[in-house]
Amino acid sequence: MERLNPKSRSDAYGKRINRSHSTVVATVVPYVSILIASLVPVFFIASALPVVPPLGFLMLLAWRLVRPGLLPVWAGFPLGLFDDLFSGQPLGSAVLLWSVAMIVIELIETRFPWRSFAQDWFTAGLILLVYMPAAMLVSGGEPTLAALVALGPQLVLSILVFPLFARLVARLDQMRLTRWRTVG
Amino acid sequence: MAPTGQRRSSYSRKAQYSLFTGYIAAGVGALVGAVLLGLSLWQPGFLSGARGTANDAATPVTQPVAAARTESKGFIDAVRGYYRAGSQNAALKREMELARIRLGEAAAVEQENRRLKALLGLQDAEAKPVAVARLVGASAASTRRFAYLGAGRADGVAVGMPVRSPRGVIGRILEVGNHSARVLLLTDPESVLPVRRAQDEVVAFAEGRGDGLIRIRLINLGINPLEPGDLFVTSGAGGYYQPGVAVAIATEITDDGALARIVSDPAAADYVSVLPIFEPEAVTGAGTPIERELGE
Repeated sequence: MERLNPKSRSDAYGKRINRSHSTVVATVVPYVSILIASLVPVFFIASALPVVPPLGFLMLLAWRLVRPGLLPVWAGFPLGLFDDLFSGQPLGSAVLLWSVAMIVIELIETRFPWRSFAQDWFTAGLILLVYMPAAMLVSGGEPTLAALVALGPQLVLSILVFPLFARLVARLDQMRLTRWRTVG
Repeated sequence: MAPTGQRRSSYSRKAQYSLFTGYIAAGVGALVGAVLLGLSLWQPGFLSGARGTANDAATPVTQPVAAARTESKGFIDAVRGYYRAGSQNAALKREMELARIRLGEAAAVEQENRRLKALLGLQDAEAKPVAVARLVGASAASTRRFAYLGAGRADGVAVGMPVRSPRGVIGRILEVGNHSARVLLLTDPESVLPVRRAQDEVVAFAEGRGDGLIRIRLINLGINPLEPGDLFVTSGAGGYYQPGVAVAIATEITDDGALARIVSDPAAADYVSVLPIFEPEAVTGAGTPIERELGE
């Protein structure tokens, strides 16, 4: 007999009968995506200005804001340590700044538990606005006015690109919760 | 999305404790980060081994990407070359003729130079590159300007060696791993290079400014003799760089020197060569405290 709706037994995460989520994928996807995003800026040869947004940090912010409760508060420490190995910042800069950012978001969340996307974008923008000059201050180079001005384009680009990362995280989250495992 | 109920303290002791431990761990993480940061700002070489190993581990990914990048750039240049091919060809021919004449003159000067040096009993050994490799990556998201090189300790690369492209100076080796090295580019705010004006003996320091420009700071203050368009080359002072390699061209005159643009853009260079340190004795001498005598 023909079924009326072939999708009646599945939802956004795939078929429901006889399938289950994979614990490994569900745990690993956020971390791996942040690690890969930390590595990506290395591939761009930028000799004059910092042009590429801090992709690892953007990815962390997106996971934290789009899917609250998934990353623990202390996730900034291990992820920041990895980012420091490749970013060119002195070791410890991302460890400190990412940990502080996670704690700050936690505080913001206790104050505003229900938020719209625009509010999340505003939060991310404010955090980037503090994070990037702070990263410049602790970079070990002499902080000059010229360097601060040169930071402008990168900062604007980072804030504008956040919604894209939010969408990407939503997609990754869908992949994370797809029922990969066949039971029985 | 609304936060999950995880944060709400429940009657479960276990949930309360794990939440509390999370906060403690986050605080401790931030503290450890601050300590690490302080240490690495105080001792810039701190844990450079870890970074070297990490970059070595990333080399299998970064090398092919670098190769693909240079090849695709060559293709784009080839396509772009077809526009304005005719007029450009004529201009290039004229330029070529002039360049040939200049080359002949230069050969004569070189000949004379060699004769005079022979008279004086000086000899300049031609520096052979230690390694030739690709720039495989850069710190594109950070305010520091580093590049990663696809050659390391195994190829004979050591800390302090100058890196150049066919056009001019790129920077200096800062850290080495086994198969990768970190290069401090000229545009980094911590980079300082002794230079002189190409046509005379006006000496200066070329410092990175952090926004892609180089600040030329004259050593002898007084009337500023610089003009836009002046080419600066390495002076050989300090002992790291061979003298006479192109560094930067002045674009704007300031009170104590000029602002300049680098001659050799690392993004445009496909292969770069690592040269040996020009005068290792001078470098060791500069690093030795004045109280201690230099041994034989």
